[in-house]
Amino acid sequence: MKIKLIVNNVEKTLDVEPNELLLNVLREKLGLTGSKYGCGIGECGACTVLVDGEPVLSCLTLAVEVDGREITTVEGLDVNGELDPVQEAFLEEGAIQCGYCTPGFIMIAKALLRENKNPSRSEITEYIKGNLCRCTGYINIIKAIQKASEKIALRERNII
Amino acid sequence: MRADYVNIVNTHIVPVKLTYHAPKSIEESLRLLANYRKKARILAGGTDLVVDMKLRRKEPEHIISLKKIKELDYIVDDGSAVRVGAATKLRTIEKNKIIRERFQALYEAVRSIGSIQVRNMGTLVGNICNASPAADTAPPLLIFNATVIAKSLNGERTIPINKFFKGPGITSLEDNEMVTEVSIPYPPENSGSSFLKISRVGMDLAKVNVAVLVKLDKGVVEECRIALGAVAPTPLRISKAEEYLRYKSINEENLRVVQEIVAEEIKPITDVRSTEWYRREVSKILVRDAIKLSVERVKK
Repeated sequence: MKIKLIVNNVEKTLDVEPNELLLNVLREKLGLTGSKYGCGIGECGACTVLVDGEPVLSCLTLAVEVDGREITTVEGLDVNGELDPVQEAFLEEGAIQCGYCTPGFIMIAKALLRENKNPSRSEITEYIKGNLCRCTGYINIIKAIQKASEKIALRERNII
Repeated sequence: MRADYVNIVNTHIVPVKLTYHAPKSIEESLRLLANYRKKARILAGGTDLVVDMKLRRKEPEHIISLKKIKELDYIVDDGSAVRVGAATKLRTIEKNKIIRERFQALYEAVRSIGSIQVRNMGTLVGNICNASPAADTAPPLLIFNATVIAKSLNGERTIPINKFFKGPGITSLEDNEMVTEVSIPYPPENSGSSFLKISRVGMDLAKVNVAVLVKLDKGVVEECRIALGAVAPTPLRISKAEEYLRYKSINEENLRVVQEIVAEEIKPITDVRSTEWYRREVSKILVRDAIKLSVERVKK
């Protein structure tokens, strides 16, 4: 089936099978290997991408279901090579160990900060509930998301 | 090839050959359903169906997607009931002011499901049509006396929620029928509701879930509704306990009797999530706590 996706602001026309998953299309057909396969059953969040700005699990989404929609993956966050504040904050806070879960965490953090510019700690933990980190980096991940929210506020006021 | 020595579970892919349909109207989807019957499955959010296809628990030949049926995505407050369409996401429901303020047990149940991602994909109607005994929205829908609207080419049928669940994964729907709406009547005045559950970790299904509604009249229980999930083949109301509490006051002695009735009425099993004994014990605690919480909410 022919589908059209707008992936990281670029329109892509693809021929996919009805049983093909969005995650596999992104990784195998478009070479966007940032989104990861973790559990395959909706429990780990490693495959989180944004569809029209809303976080969804790409390993449980049939590609044909998102025909015509806008997909944002971790590869689409930088602006001309400059990292997104969330990415920067993850680096600065050491919120990454092996890095496998990181794209999923960054995408859910993007979704959170878009809805809520100044989330409380409990709002952050609620959002990252569906993302697993097996290196036990949650503390630094929460710190990074808090820092990202500060960074975004400063950027908006042109301070950094 | 499906011999025992072949590992047929591969959650990287959906190992099922599918024909995909995305009808634009309810009418069109009913026609497809009438054609393909048991060979078809309706896809709303996919958080259950896609997992089941990956694990080969379900192998439909046809998928009927609801994504293009805009007329199924709504929450309408008609003054005496809130009506939720079949394509309405759980996330939309938890953000709805009326649900949050008047249907607290349902609000809490929806919020307890999976993650933000899962609730962005999954639907209320999908949750009940999947008919898991542990479905978190089932106990609240039971205590609010919700009704399910099912349509087929032959017409429309209203099914009370307590007649909807028939067994694990089994509903009272015919194979040419599709749920288009769940209608949830306003709770009575002077009532409060609550939902509690216990699970292994946040993302897991419930070991036990409980919803309670209490209506008080001058400190005496005028009506109490108690529903539990994951403790029997279907989610269920405990009418014996409800009747016992009627016209009584809430005190430790009465609550102890209610707990014993609940423990007798449920039929929990031992599985990977919990044991029969633990489910029975924890059901008693959750029911007591949910009654107390609901009573507190009446006064507010």
